Amino acid sequence: MQIELQQIQKSFGRVDVLKGVDLKVEAGTIHGLVGENGAGKSTLMKILTGYLSRSGGSILIDGQEANYNDPAAAAKLGIGMLYQEPQDFPPLTVLDNFIVGRDNHPDNRREWQQRRLDELSDQVRFQLRGDDLLERLTVGERQQLEFLRLLGRDAKLLILDEPTTGISDRQKERLFAALQQIRDQGRTILLVSHKLEEIAALCSRVTVLRHGMVTGEECAPFHIPRLLELMFDKAPVNSVQNRPQATGKALLTFENISANGERTGLNACSCTIHRGEIVGLAGLSGSGQGLFLRLAAALKRPLEGQIRFHGTTLNGRDHRTVKRLGGCFLPANRLEEGLIAGFTLVDHFTLAMSCSESTARVAASAAIKKFNIRGTPDTLVESLSGGNQQRLLLALIPEDANLVLLENPTRGLDLASAEWVWSYLRSQYSSRGTVVFSSAELEEMLEVADRILVFFDGRVVRDLPIGQVVYRDVAAAMTGY
Amino acid sequence: MQNLKQHLIDTLLILAIAGPFTSLLLALVGASPADAFGHLFSGSFGSWSKFSRVLNVWIPLTLCSLGLLYAFRSGLWNIGVEGQLVLGAVGTAGVLRLGVDAASPLLVLMLALLAGALLGSLWALLAGWLKIKGGVHEIFAGLGLNFVAMGIILWLIFGPWKRPGIASMSGTEPFPRELWFPMLEGWRVSPFALALALAAIVITAWVLNHSRFGLNLKAVGHNPRAVLLYGLSPQTYLLTAIIISGALAGLAGGVQVSAIYHRLIPAISSGYGYLSLLVVMLANFRLLPIPLIALFFAALNVGSIQLPMMMQLDSSLAGVIQGACVLSALLVFGLRRLKKGADG
Repeated sequence: MQIELQQIQKSFGRVDVLKGVDLKVEAGTIHGLVGENGAGKSTLMKILTGYLSRSGGSILIDGQEANYNDPAAAAKLGIGMLYQEPQDFPPLTVLDNFIVGRDNHPDNRREWQQRRLDELSDQVRFQLRGDDLLERLTVGERQQLEFLRLLGRDAKLLILDEPTTGISDRQKERLFAALQQIRDQGRTILLVSHKLEEIAALCSRVTVLRHGMVTGEECAPFHIPRLLELMFDKAPVNSVQNRPQATGKALLTFENISANGERTGLNACSCTIHRGEIVGLAGLSGSGQGLFLRLAAALKRPLEGQIRFHGTTLNGRDHRTVKRLGGCFLPANRLEEGLIAGFTLVDHFTLAMSCSESTARVAASAAIKKFNIRGTPDTLVESLSGGNQQRLLLALIPEDANLVLLENPTRGLDLASAEWVWSYLRSQYSSRGTVVFSSAELEEMLEVADRILVFFDGRVVRDLPIGQVVYRDVAAAMTGY
Repeated sequence: MQNLKQHLIDTLLILAIAGPFTSLLLALVGASPADAFGHLFSGSFGSWSKFSRVLNVWIPLTLCSLGLLYAFRSGLWNIGVEGQLVLGAVGTAGVLRLGVDAASPLLVLMLALLAGALLGSLWALLAGWLKIKGGVHEIFAGLGLNFVAMGIILWLIFGPWKRPGIASMSGTEPFPRELWFPMLEGWRVSPFALALALAAIVITAWVLNHSRFGLNLKAVGHNPRAVLLYGLSPQTYLLTAIIISGALAGLAGGVQVSAIYHRLIPAISSGYGYLSLLVVMLANFRLLPIPLIALFFAALNVGSIQLPMMMQLDSSLAGVIQGACVLSALLVFGLRRLKKGADG
């Protein structure tokens, strides 16, 4: 099946996410789609699979214009997608999951379906037993089953979204072999990934997206530096300055930390963060940065290793210990994890300062002025804009804090707000405290950080003082090179 | 002012749905709705003696409802309130039994009420502990513990605490008059029990709406993840809330024993635990309407006793009206939420 996207556009409100994307995937090939966070990959996939409607452009299947607007219709046309998270039913067996949604098949006997499952699984050499309960399977095995379901439904175009996240090397090899095999049978595969190594190993062509536009298309063999250049913005000139090196005392140390969470987990992470540093955690989203911050805040517990904050080990402690020692954490999901919907600004100050309502009211009024929050002391936090919610969270940081952990602190903020946030953090903490933050924007990181830790697949793969940062090298490290 | 207006509209809407619905049911069984409502009213508010019976229902119902409010604030569904009420009655009865010939009956009575509150809160703590340490949902834990509580009370009445010679559904040996909740001459309701309930209302209003503890509790209920960042432990607050909830339910059980029945009977709870869940839901989980709704429900319960005699109708009509009100309320609140969601 050949599929061609012509000038696909998508806007959410006034934000243009896709600005006219052309993409042609030839039948019987594995085609790669790469791009950094926010480039528009997921949106494009959702349009292709019928989950989202497009604002403009057309989709051609084998040269014929196809109009569908729900996933079921897309599936009927032979478009199937393998999601990052398995879309299945853990309490049921493998066979049940294989059958689900195919109840109207002419031959619906379990024996027949079981034979079909076995056939398909022999074909691509997976080892799945029909009567195993799904919840006992690994993520990799569940993915194999989803893959077989797609084959069983005669999907002619398979879209794979980061298929190797969270699966073992062996399972990855199997998957790759299976992909090559079904390609040779004539199926078409679109592989979405930011792991360039995998793209290089499998794809014959690759399309690069950036800011909702196609910045290039390359044929195998790929020149990796060229792909990186297409994926990331050019390094801003003069952005990397030699800032004075921090020489403060060790404040936070990770000793050989491993932990579960965020798909990739965190593996054997060791590092020391000093007083006075501004440390950026770089990496494509979900590579372990968020987990790192939550471990440092003692909101999560490591499986192994020791974390020390001001020399106090955090094993077995909770966030209250960190708070007492001067640490605080600002999550990216401000309203889900950081603020309390239904509570006013005054309520938040009462909680944060554990003071009386009248004291809190004074503090709230002062904060509204100082932080330029658009609201009154009695405004409910959910009616604040994202930028104002972030200002409020900053205002709630205790005055004596010495370690501020921030997850994507400028996400969803306009440029002016983002600049304000950084100038505030810098003025507050450059002399007496430490700031550790994650960000999806590499440029932002180069502008504000003194030091960068690069995360890839749950590991810290680079630890560089800003003076030694080479933009291209950090971008490569984020994608596994 | 805006709020008050909205609550008034809500109330009228609820009555506008529940009233015709109940009338229709009555008309279907061939009874006159006007007569039935008339008997319900005269049976509850017709005389001082009837009204004092209503107050005797209102006291435990209000205590249980107030207790539930603490649990709901923290996000817990304390279905176990029924069992906590029963255990409270057991606790009070246990102490009263020991104090039958004591020199100071008043002291015994106070200790007995304290024991009721204590046992109720322990029973609640069990449900809370199962939730926090064992991952058992508090609804299932509470429901299970309700059945266990029922087993305990039956075992006591037919076993260790049975009347000399005969064990029967009529309960244990009545306690001597000195151990009854103090009454005033000519009153059928204890003014002290009334004062206890009123005090509980005032204290709860202050704690939930004006104290730091109340604010923290609400924060835990609204967003247990975020409160960690404010240095609060959600678990501590959940446990505290359910303990208070159980203590108030236990106190209600104690009142049932010491002020109403003066002995332990199998049906000591009169289902007030479950009924209080309805009261709180009808109040939309707010404090102020609770005393009024509890009074309305108590009046229905007492007034419906007339129905079998006067109209050959079963007294379960009270339950029908209560249920219809709560369902209408949930409908009205639900529609309002949907509308708000559509507007926002």
